[in-house]
Amino acid sequence: MKTAVRKAAAFIITVLLVTLFVFIAFELIPGDAATAKLGTSATPEAYEALREELGLTRPFFVRYFSWLFSFFFGDMGTSYSYGVSVRSMLASKLPITLTLTLMSFVMIIILSIPIGVLSSKYEDRAGAKALDVLGQLTMSVPPFFLGILITYFFGMVLRLFTPGGFVSYDVNPVRFAAYLFFPSLAIALPKAAMSIKLLKTSILSERKLDYVRTAYSRGNSSMDVMYKHVLKNAIIPVITFLGMTLADIVAGSLVIEQVFSIPGYGRLLITSISNRDYPVVQAIIAIIAMLVIIINLIVDVLYQVMDPRLRGN
Amino acid sequence: MSMKRIMAMASAAIILSVALTGCSGDKKDASSSIVVGIPQDLEDSLDPHEAVAAGTKEILFNIYEGLLKPDETGNLNPAVAEDYSVSEDGLTYSFTIRDGITFQNGKKVTPEDVKYSIEKSAGMMGSPSLIPAFSNISEVVIRDDRTVDIVLASPDIDFPAYIASIPASIIPAESANDASKLCGTGPYKFVSRSPQENIILKKYDGYWGTPANIENITLKIIPNADSIVMNLNGGAVDMFARLTATQTQQLSDKFNVLEGEMNLVQAVYLNHAVKPFDNVDVCRALSYAVDVDNILELTSDGKGYPVGSSMFPAFKKYYVDLSDTYPTDREKAKELLASAGYPDGFSFSITVPSNYQPHVEAAQVVSQQLKEIGVNAEIKLVEWNTWLSDVYAGRNYEATLIGVDASSLTATAMLDRFVSDADNNFTNYSNAEYDELFKSLYQAPTEESRIEIYKELQKNLADNAANIYIQDMTEFVALSDKYEGYVYYPMYVQDFAKLKIKEQ
Amino acid sequence: MEKFLFRFRKNPELYIGAAISAVMMLIIIAGVLFSPYDPDSMDAASKFASPSLKHLLGCDNFGRDLFSRLTLGGATTLLIAFFTVLIGITVGTLVGAFTGYYGGAVDEVLMRFNDAVLAFPSILLALVFISVFGSGTWKVIISLGIVFVPSFARIVRSEFMRCKNLDYVRSARLMGAKDIRIMFVHIFPNTVPVVLSSAVIGFNNAVLAEAGMSFLGIGVQPPASSLGRMLSDAQAFLFSEPGYAVFTGVTIALMVLGFSLLGDGLKKNA
Repeated sequence: MKTAVRKAAAFIITVLLVTLFVFIAFELIPGDAATAKLGTSATPEAYEALREELGLTRPFFVRYFSWLFSFFFGDMGTSYSYGVSVRSMLASKLPITLTLTLMSFVMIIILSIPIGVLSSKYEDRAGAKALDVLGQLTMSVPPFFLGILITYFFGMVLRLFTPGGFVSYDVNPVRFAAYLFFPSLAIALPKAAMSIKLLKTSILSERKLDYVRTAYSRGNSSMDVMYKHVLKNAIIPVITFLGMTLADIVAGSLVIEQVFSIPGYGRLLITSISNRDYPVVQAIIAIIAMLVIIINLIVDVLYQVMDPRLRGN
Repeated sequence: MSMKRIMAMASAAIILSVALTGCSGDKKDASSSIVVGIPQDLEDSLDPHEAVAAGTKEILFNIYEGLLKPDETGNLNPAVAEDYSVSEDGLTYSFTIRDGITFQNGKKVTPEDVKYSIEKSAGMMGSPSLIPAFSNISEVVIRDDRTVDIVLASPDIDFPAYIASIPASIIPAESANDASKLCGTGPYKFVSRSPQENIILKKYDGYWGTPANIENITLKIIPNADSIVMNLNGGAVDMFARLTATQTQQLSDKFNVLEGEMNLVQAVYLNHAVKPFDNVDVCRALSYAVDVDNILELTSDGKGYPVGSSMFPAFKKYYVDLSDTYPTDREKAKELLASAGYPDGFSFSITVPSNYQPHVEAAQVVSQQLKEIGVNAEIKLVEWNTWLSDVYAGRNYEATLIGVDASSLTATAMLDRFVSDADNNFTNYSNAEYDELFKSLYQAPTEESRIEIYKELQKNLADNAANIYIQDMTEFVALSDKYEGYVYYPMYVQDFAKLKIKEQ
Repeated sequence: MEKFLFRFRKNPELYIGAAISAVMMLIIIAGVLFSPYDPDSMDAASKFASPSLKHLLGCDNFGRDLFSRLTLGGATTLLIAFFTVLIGITVGTLVGAFTGYYGGAVDEVLMRFNDAVLAFPSILLALVFISVFGSGTWKVIISLGIVFVPSFARIVRSEFMRCKNLDYVRSARLMGAKDIRIMFVHIFPNTVPVVLSSAVIGFNNAVLAEAGMSFLGIGVQPPASSLGRMLSDAQAFLFSEPGYAVFTGVTIALMVLGFSLLGDGLKKNA
């Protein structure tokens, strides 16, 4: 119980700090929502009038606390650029970002666990070595370039999808999911390569341990040993990694959304930063931060559940 | 979990994904729709009286109209007004509303709507005005059920051009308290938008003029310049305007590439309040050192229209070709620098908005060329909003490479920013002779004498090397070969109503 | 020779990684020192010249020698990655050492900051940094460095937490050693292997992160070049002049590959 309270307090403090950082950041960046909205037709009077209208003339802490207060009650304010409520805007984009994140996460798992197990089983075969090299290469290319290569190869050469042919989920859910397949792949590949490598190393070192040898000597078949004992322990570091990855995907999708022209949170975040549309930026970052922290908490818990050595603590 | 189950799951995922991607191949019906790519969302406003970005106004051009409207030759034609007359003293403009013209919501345009719109855009309703010249309007009077008089405080020959600009569009008076009632009288009406994704327009069937040909227009937002070519070649987008030469070279033969002019003046704008740009010889030296042809060759395969002053060729009436004022001559440049007291050159920074790749590339070439005369120009890339606040509004910079366009179809719009005390004089240009000349515009008795003054103003800027002038850039438009009818305007607009599907 | 072959078989990653990294470094250093071309000099006549004896890898869109630019860009990228990791390690070690060793309130406060930075999208942090302090290679390094601090801090912290109750630390404390001395003389050397192997991974992450920043337009400023900047420039010509992107992409891939193999090898040896 005490830990739960402490964790909750830590959670709230971290989110508060993040939102405060964002506010300070927007104080420091040149330009504000008024310069963004007025562009080159800004006269000093028009600029001041608009600042007044947008409430930008209020002191820093007044703005911060009034934002915080409304956010606490679920009111994320109104976007300066779009004039609509931030909440409805983010709600309408949520399925996009969520699908992209989950799809790539599922891909990572589907790719990495069987491949990791198989390539550790056949570690000396040529195929496993070739996979190793391929994995290393995927991790060595900047993600945006991998995205471009995937667009080029699957979109232009094989014509499996239409680059830029994003269809919203409310128009056609099937084509929506189909379009997100390759961007998800672009996000998933380097992460999957990393997690395959991790799983393989972890299985190999686990297999060398005494208890595995004992199990073999007792006459257990190799498959049995693999699943009953080795994988159960070997997967622990992989789970930590996957937890970190889930948080990473949200940030990584920023670049991939740009490459594949997907109108998700990442794109909205980048344009809102450059438009100084801080209600939107603030809300997106607060949501991402909360997600990241919650995922970390879940990983912590999973870790304790899965690793008997930690249970005693 | 057994190995078999894992494998089964993996193969199911693969089959599913193949099945999913299989469906994405179906062709969209091109019968009466077109997908137009645009580089940024319309983030400033969809209200014509508040929209400021050129990229927003060029789209709103299809939805909203003013009392007058420019055509592709730059003439101002009656639009919401059927006709207008000017009083002897040039102070009263009397507009007759077009018979039977309706807003896109089906309601008739009334004199109240016109009065409301003009007063709102003139800043008489509280919100700031985007047309500074409208401060000249003293009152708007409804004379009868079809006539509205606009009374000016002092005569202004450019007034019709302002009336024809997007910020003076006519909108329903009832939209004052309800933004959802906002609509225009143009050939297309606004249907819906999804932030950062698209904007959908539909043909307005009750349009008073030549109706549009294509029923549905989807404006697709593609902010990443490098995705544009793939989106075009892949068939997701049918048209994209303002491409670079590089992008057009990579297009498949399913596209026609059209060439026109961007109607802006790309130059290294110098801040004259900063040393050494307060010294005319230094500015001239830099102009001699910069080789415009070489810039064009390196950045756009030689395409572009070199200019020598702040006016672009499409303004035929006023334009005077001054592009030969400073032929490339680095020896002369060094001499001038030496006589100005900088025999060893100097260093300065060129601020460039990082989202305009053509300007970034041109800046790199300029910086390299200036090295030849010992001048070290460091490039400073900034975000657009930082540029607006630091360079444009704050005037806190040394030099900036950018394209400046005209906010209305007037020569004044290009030249008024160099008057010493102008609000928008971001280069801090201060030249007594120029100020005198500009003032005399208002006393000029005839159109010819005005044109003479406009030309003198351009010469003044060129002679004093106010800025290092480069070019009016070539505007490349990629249009799928299924469509035709793209029209270039002498201003920053896209006219979708003239596009049509090619007869096979 | 046989001995070498034996060692090689036992740990091929180490040797292949070391070889790739060494060759890359040599080429970069030699290129920067002895390049016959000014990497910034433009020539309209040799725009996109094909690879030849005159221009080993051809020229870019400004007619600049690609090989000279790649070596210069490689050097910048190495510089950025090196100093980014250095900042990350130095600050991360300090934060990790104090929080891990003392625990309690110091730990709580610093770790909350740490978590907040971790949860803060790195792109916004970089953007803020670049907007406030202006752009340039050093600003890229500092902003990436800040982003890298929390992960190092976490690693060092857990090492310190593990070590602070070990016998040798206790005995040092009993003998009256000062905290600072215990932290940096006794515990710190024991964390080096762990920190080193994460440093190599961090190095690669820095190379890739810099490329991402360049892609979003907040990387190093032209005419200075980094590999990331060049790759994002090159992709504009992907269809008409694939050579530019391919050579640049391969250079990045080799650099990252070399270091990650080296890192794996070091881990195996440790």
